[in-house]
Amino acid sequence: MSRTIIDTGNHIAGYAAKAARAQVVAAYPITPQSPVVEQIAEFVERGEMDAEYIRVESEHSAMTACIGAAAAGARTFTATSAQGLALMHEMLHWASGARLPIVMAVVNRAMAPPWTIWADFSDSLSQRDTGWIQFYCASNQEIFDTVLQAYKLCEDRQVLLPAMVCFEGFILSHTSMPVKILDQEAIDDFLPPYDPVWVLDVGNPFSHGNMVFPEWYMEFRYFIQEAMDNAEKMIPEIDKEYGRRFGFEYGGHIERYRCEDADLVLLSMGTIGSEARIAVDNLRKQGVKVGSARLRVFRPFPKEEIRRLVKDVQMVAAIDRQISFGIEGPLFTEVKASLYGEQDHPLAAGFIAGLGGRDVTFHDIEKIAMKSLEWLRTGKVEEDVTWVGLRA
Amino acid sequence: MIKAPKNLKDMPITPLSRPTVASTGITGFWRTFRPILEPAKCNRCLLCWVFCPEGCIKRGAEDMPEIDYDYCKGCGICANECRLGAIKMEREGL
Repeated sequence: MSRTIIDTGNHIAGYAAKAARAQVVAAYPITPQSPVVEQIAEFVERGEMDAEYIRVESEHSAMTACIGAAAAGARTFTATSAQGLALMHEMLHWASGARLPIVMAVVNRAMAPPWTIWADFSDSLSQRDTGWIQFYCASNQEIFDTVLQAYKLCEDRQVLLPAMVCFEGFILSHTSMPVKILDQEAIDDFLPPYDPVWVLDVGNPFSHGNMVFPEWYMEFRYFIQEAMDNAEKMIPEIDKEYGRRFGFEYGGHIERYRCEDADLVLLSMGTIGSEARIAVDNLRKQGVKVGSARLRVFRPFPKEEIRRLVKDVQMVAAIDRQISFGIEGPLFTEVKASLYGEQDHPLAAGFIAGLGGRDVTFHDIEKIAMKSLEWLRTGKVEEDVTWVGLRA
Repeated sequence: MIKAPKNLKDMPITPLSRPTVASTGITGFWRTFRPILEPAKCNRCLLCWVFCPEGCIKRGAEDMPEIDYDYCKGCGICANECRLGAIKMEREGL
């Protein structure tokens, strides 16, 4: 039987790992991620979750243990944040290169220095080229659902890549919300046991990731790109199937809100996307034709879906909770790249907001919308990148 | 011997290697000095076997050390550790 509980995003991520029947969990604690693995440790200790819980001395080791476990054929889960994710960086490449479908909760926390524990996407977006699929959530229910969807996607033979399920530290990680914990039998039916292509076996020894010469390397990288393309196609299908089975659906790659006849679309990721709905409602009451589009997946980047989204839109404003130093927000970059070559593409403006956990309210988002509309009227975006709420 | 794939379709999605002797070349080729064991001086204490950092000393018949020249890089640790002077280092190629 399914049941609704009220709990934090972190604990819900733990419930999701249990519901997915993760068999090995290796993790190292870091704020704000720690309660994810504390919850799992409790499940394992109480015998409610049949998993090997490996305590390690660092995040680098946590990912290494996950790689070993996944290579031995286990469904594997871990979680981290910020500096911990950065420490994993090398092993992230080893996981994707070995084509191991590890799922990791990334509780987004801004990178230090200055030392901080609050949210932005600088940790996960710094890892965008590691070959990991990246999901971004906007509610605790979505965290639960996305972990299950991530396993379904990653373990598919057409994909076989690891995935990060990202959600913002404190904003979701320490906020309690009602979440429907789905019926275990129904979950098992949606997500059958992991069936690996290759498994380490002492009786038939081999190793993975060994040296290849230049005449072979490129092909293996091409395979990862091909898997990403397959994932791009499958994400909406899995979301639909999940919706059919369990009643929770998130629009595939992009959750749209009142975008149908919009002149301006506010594009964002994570909880800024849910806050944007309030701004959209307020502006719509004043007759402003604005919609919100919340990107759920940053890798693979849904290029086609972005093109469809803005087909009849005059302007798109990308709100980034991350700055790629020396250029602009990564979401802004990717959106523009997706639209290059399209005829009559809309105007685009980039906004940096909410770094290091600074609150982004609907007031801020309304201001972003009004600024964008001002530029739309004149037909010229006056600033390359606009920092929202920066001190004068 | 596994045959190399001809095209993309035949390739595995990630490189997997079975244990193969010197699949990417014989690294013993790097050696400048070659350890030579004089069996007559050896008492089979196996200190050389313990200390070899590359695992290039095998325990042969009746624990007589055997040096694997395919991988031995000539570091000389075995010769240094041998209490009986049963291993001497000779310059390669002379």
